[in-house]
Amino acid sequence: MAFIDLSKNEIQTKVVFYGPGRGGKTTNLLYIHESMSKQVCGKMVTIDTKGDRTLFFDFLPLGLGKIYNLNIRIQLYTVPGQVMYNSTRKLVLRGVDGVAFVADSLKVQKQKNIESLMNLAENLKDEGLDIQQTPLVLQYNKRDLAESNVPLLTVEEMEEDMNKQLRVPSFEASAITGKGVYETLREISKRTVKSVIQKVGLNLK
Amino acid sequence: MSLILTADQVGRLESIIEKELLEAGADHVIIVDMAGNLILERGAWQVEDVMSLAVLSAANFAATAQIARLIGEDDFTLLFHKGDKKNIHFSRLGKDYIIITLFDDTISLGLVRLKNSRVVEMVSSVLEEEGRQPWPL
Repeated sequence: MAFIDLSKNEIQTKVVFYGPGRGGKTTNLLYIHESMSKQVCGKMVTIDTKGDRTLFFDFLPLGLGKIYNLNIRIQLYTVPGQVMYNSTRKLVLRGVDGVAFVADSLKVQKQKNIESLMNLAENLKDEGLDIQQTPLVLQYNKRDLAESNVPLLTVEEMEEDMNKQLRVPSFEASAITGKGVYETLREISKRTVKSVIQKVGLNLK
Repeated sequence: MSLILTADQVGRLESIIEKELLEAGADHVIIVDMAGNLILERGAWQVEDVMSLAVLSAANFAATAQIARLIGEDDFTLLFHKGDKKNIHFSRLGKDYIIITLFDDTISLGLVRLKNSRVVEMVSSVLEEEGRQPWPL
C-alpha cells in the first residue's frame, strides 16, 4: 500500500526482494546500502531470528529524488527464502507495491526458483494481488560463478522456467560484485512508482 | 489500495495529536501503516531513525498478531513496552494503521491509554476521508 503525503509532496512505496533461500536478496540490499550515498539511503535494519512465526527481514529506505515535483521514497525489504518461513513472507508482503524476484543461477536450484516464484504468486493472491498485474522484475543472480566452473542454468533456461508467461524485464546479475544490482533496482523502482501513480489515478502530464 | 493525504488532512491530524496527546504530556507520536510506511510524526524527542521505528513497529504488530492467533484471538489492539526512562505504547487504528506514543514517567500509562482511545476515533474519521480529494497537481 503506497502512501502519498500531499503536504510534503511525497510518495512512499514498498518493494520486496523475493526469491529462494540463499539466492542473494540480502546481498543485493547490502550492496545498495554500501554503495549509495548516505544522503540517499537510510539505515539498514536486519531482523535475524530463528524459528517460524517470527519476523525476519532486511529493510532499507531510499530517497530517489523527484519526479514531477513528487519526492520518491522507496522502502526495500527482503523476505526469508526458506520454504518453512512462509508465514513470515506473507507478513513482509503486506502492502507490497513491487517485487524484485532474485533467482539463483545455480543448476541445482532450478526447482527451488520455480517453487519460490509459484509461492510468490500464491502469497500475492492472498494479498488480493495478481502476479501478472504487480510490478515485477526478475534477476538472475550469481552469473559470476560461471567463471569458477560451477554448473549454472543458462539464461535461456531461466527465461523458459520463469519468464515464459510473465514476460517481465530480467537482468543477469552478480549481487556480490554489484553487477546488475542497480539495473534491477532502477527498473523495479520505475515500474512500481508508475503503477502506484496509475492506480491512484494521478495524471501527471 | 493506496492512502493519499492532503495538506489539510495532515494539518488536522497534527492538531489532533498535538491537543490530545502531546499537550497531555506524551513526548512524541508517530502514525504508521501496517505496511511500515511512516504517515506522520509529531513531538519533541529526537527519534534518530524514525523510518526504522515505523517499520519495526509494523513488524512488531504483525508478529504479535500471530501470537494472538495462537491463543485464539484475532490480534491485540494495543501493545506497551516499558523502559527505564522511556516507554512506548502502540495502539491499532482500524485494520491498517498504528498510533505509536512515546512517553516518560511524567504521564501515566492510564492517561496514555485513555487519550489514545479518543485519538483513534478522531484520527479514523480524518483518514476515512481519503480518496475524496482531487489530486491538486
